[in-house]
Amino acid sequence: MTTVNYLLKGLTLPDGSASDIEIRSGKISGLGKNLAKSEGATEIDLQGCVVLPGLVDLHTHLREPGREDAETVLSGTMAAAKGGYVAVSAMANTSPVADTAGVVEQVYALGQSAGFADVFPIGAVTEGLKGESLAEIGAMADSRARVRIFSDDGNCVFDPLVMRRALEYVKKFDGVIAQHAQDPRLTIGAQMNEGEISSRLGLKGWPAVAEEAIIARDVLIADHVKSRLHICHLTTSGGVEIIRWAKARGIDVTAEVTPHHLLLTDERALSYDPIFKVNPPLRTQRDVEALREGLADGTIDIVATDHAPHPAEAKECEWQEAAFGMLGLESALAIVNQVMVATGLMTWEAVADRMSYAPSRIGRYQDHGQKIAIGNIANLTVINPTQTLRVDRDLVASRSRNTPFHGMEFQGVVAATIYRGHPTFLNGKLSSLGER
Amino acid sequence: MKHLLSINDLSKVDAISILDTAQELARVSDGPMKKLPTLRGRTIVNLFAEDSTRTRISFEAAAKRLSADVINFSAKGSSISKGESLKDTAQTLQAMGADAVIIRHGASGAAQRLADSQWMSGSVINAGDGTHEHPSQALLDAFTIRKHLSKGASDLAGLRIAIVGDVLHSRVARSNVLLLSKLGAQVVLVAPPTLLPVGIESWPCEISYDLDAVINSVDAIMMLRIQMERMSELFFPNAREYSRYFGLNIDRMKALKPAAIVMHPGPMNRGLEITADAADGARSVIVEQVANGVSIRMAILYLLLAGSQEIGGRYDNS
Amino acid sequence: MSLVLPAPDLTRALTRISHEILERNAGSSNITLLGIPTRGTHLANRIAEVITKIESLPVQVGTLDITLHRDDLRMRPPRALMPTVIPSLGVEGRDVILVDDVLFSGRTIRAALDALGEIGRPKTVQLAILVDRGHRELPIRADYVGKNIPTSREQSVVVHLTELDGVDEVVVEGGPE
Repeated sequence: MTTVNYLLKGLTLPDGSASDIEIRSGKISGLGKNLAKSEGATEIDLQGCVVLPGLVDLHTHLREPGREDAETVLSGTMAAAKGGYVAVSAMANTSPVADTAGVVEQVYALGQSAGFADVFPIGAVTEGLKGESLAEIGAMADSRARVRIFSDDGNCVFDPLVMRRALEYVKKFDGVIAQHAQDPRLTIGAQMNEGEISSRLGLKGWPAVAEEAIIARDVLIADHVKSRLHICHLTTSGGVEIIRWAKARGIDVTAEVTPHHLLLTDERALSYDPIFKVNPPLRTQRDVEALREGLADGTIDIVATDHAPHPAEAKECEWQEAAFGMLGLESALAIVNQVMVATGLMTWEAVADRMSYAPSRIGRYQDHGQKIAIGNIANLTVINPTQTLRVDRDLVASRSRNTPFHGMEFQGVVAATIYRGHPTFLNGKLSSLGER
Repeated sequence: MKHLLSINDLSKVDAISILDTAQELARVSDGPMKKLPTLRGRTIVNLFAEDSTRTRISFEAAAKRLSADVINFSAKGSSISKGESLKDTAQTLQAMGADAVIIRHGASGAAQRLADSQWMSGSVINAGDGTHEHPSQALLDAFTIRKHLSKGASDLAGLRIAIVGDVLHSRVARSNVLLLSKLGAQVVLVAPPTLLPVGIESWPCEISYDLDAVINSVDAIMMLRIQMERMSELFFPNAREYSRYFGLNIDRMKALKPAAIVMHPGPMNRGLEITADAADGARSVIVEQVANGVSIRMAILYLLLAGSQEIGGRYDNS
Repeated sequence: MSLVLPAPDLTRALTRISHEILERNAGSSNITLLGIPTRGTHLANRIAEVITKIESLPVQVGTLDITLHRDDLRMRPPRALMPTVIPSLGVEGRDVILVDDVLFSGRTIRAALDALGEIGRPKTVQLAILVDRGHRELPIRADYVGKNIPTSREQSVVVHLTELDGVDEVVVEGGPE
């Protein structure tokens, strides 16, 4: 908790009204137009900016422990702060895998000492991500990391019996299973979306049905055992329809979409540049449009980045040799603004829901997703929606450079990120809250 | 034109110039002038990360007849097989002063990665990349077809050509569909449904699962090699069933038009996709395809390397 | 633009060249005419016709494309190849007469000599040219010349032949005002 007080001036709240915000001892202490500056407070002029409840990412790869050459908890949370995030959920596919209390507590502690964002470790569903036997879900839930989201992301929980047991077991801990939907038998050696482009390029296809069939199966299992299910990185129009159907039947399923799947299509693969290689793959324009519609109407509950850093040698090679994954934290909000808000598909209130309230609810993160109101913790994201963000891979805070957006321009620059009352990102500079 | 990565790099006019140039080179280099000084002082590297004696020798012969210096980098025993990355290999070639790199590689898109990268500055010629394309093969196939069937025309208008076999994994099929249709021919692909890619409806050709329905209407039939590994990947039940439905056997040879020609990019599985009679019979041009390969490759090297590299520099017909 | 060799003069020049060739080589039995495409080919054919009529014997005639032996290929986009057709008796031990329309720097003829050298070893190589415009850059000279036309470097000498251009003439274009 910070002891510095701040007065943020000239903001627009998600509902469109103008307001200043006063922050004292890490909490919102004043809200309203033309607030007076109290003694000792630092004034920050944010005229023309929109303020949102602090962004929460439910899908990040921080790579530590094991792949610190690509990213660490420190560099990853710095990238998060630059992107407006105050909380990130760290996926379990590290080395060693986060399938024990020990590893998740380590990651949690690293987040606290870095001081840029809350790091909520995600626990593996199965031991070693092998898909065979359940990991120590209870131990992880009861640990200091208080894990509530469990995922084998990177791998699919393919065996239907294992998935059923996981969905049942996790109910005891108020947990949710987050599925990476990919039938491994239909995607052996797959490189990109299966379709017209892959047929021309001679790259092995990753058919939409391999994702949709697992989603369909899992929503039915979740319904049968009355458990919570979350679908990671939805990418197809068929998937959106299945989720819509499931929700209409009252099934407790939530879904996420990444910024890159809201923007890019498989046509990018024509360059054979593996900067565009990602799992699940970029799909067609029709899918992009269905995802945008689904996010706008709430069928898709949240935006999650699937931030996946990789070192240069993993991308500077032939497509087949390259690793799957793209950076995402630093460009996410700008892309959502450009693609959804500036086009009128969503309001800022809806963005606040998809990027803060809903993710916090799904992850059970009490300190996050709080409305901007007096007395609440000051976790805030401030964006200037009219400034242009020019993505430059050499200027990212992440340790890796694999952003597919290098050279592209987006409307919307994060002006400030306030984490528990402390500006972790302001005027282009990063600053740690210090060890918590 | 700096690189030849895909048939899409060529306009119809470009493709015909390659065929015409090859025609003249065949006449000249098989007859009066065995060696030409045209590319003297140029260094051409054969970067063959995948084994292929036939194509490599063909390109080597083509380069040497034009007096270029040839350096061979082949898969076995080279640094590529020891895990050196494409990038590091390319930078080594750049340091060696390679004017052109002829690349054969197991990864689709490898030739384009090399050409688009900043790793080296020479011309890149795709000699087969994964299951993507094999432009010089398609050009020599078109050359062979034109020679036998076009009756003096410069293109392949009015001809009907069948390509039979594992289209899904065939770079020869992809390049040929693009080139033969570009030159005005009608192309029909014949294969079991498992070996035709999803998305093939967008290709400029017909498709059929029935070889017997198609065979008596074609002027040329090109058989593709079927790899036995495909059987364990469940693409078809066994060799017997494959041959029965898609093999070029003596009955199908009888059904072919009398003037039709039989082609195969090699190497052949005699007895599987093609019988010995078909491969060695009078209508087979398989051996000639190989010979034509050298002239076509000479034409490609000439057109890419002999002239200036100015942007948009096109073929000079003056 | 000025007309330096009108049609009738052009024909006479070729006739005279044909006679000179026969005189120098004591008849047509050992000569092989090789035209350098494009216009040299047609000139060679015309000379061959005249010689055949005079001697009442067919004469060996063909074409020799020198594109692949040029020393200036890298200065322009790649050039189309023209046909090379060597007549039945070859060039070995023959008196080869190269035929071209304009002799300028001499580099085309140098390339032709190289090309010829790949094919065989003639007894002699002689050069018949319609127009010699000077400005040699190599030690090359013509044995038979239709007309000497002094030019400045900036000027162009353009040869039109009926077979290609519908008219026979040689014109000089450009140069200082």
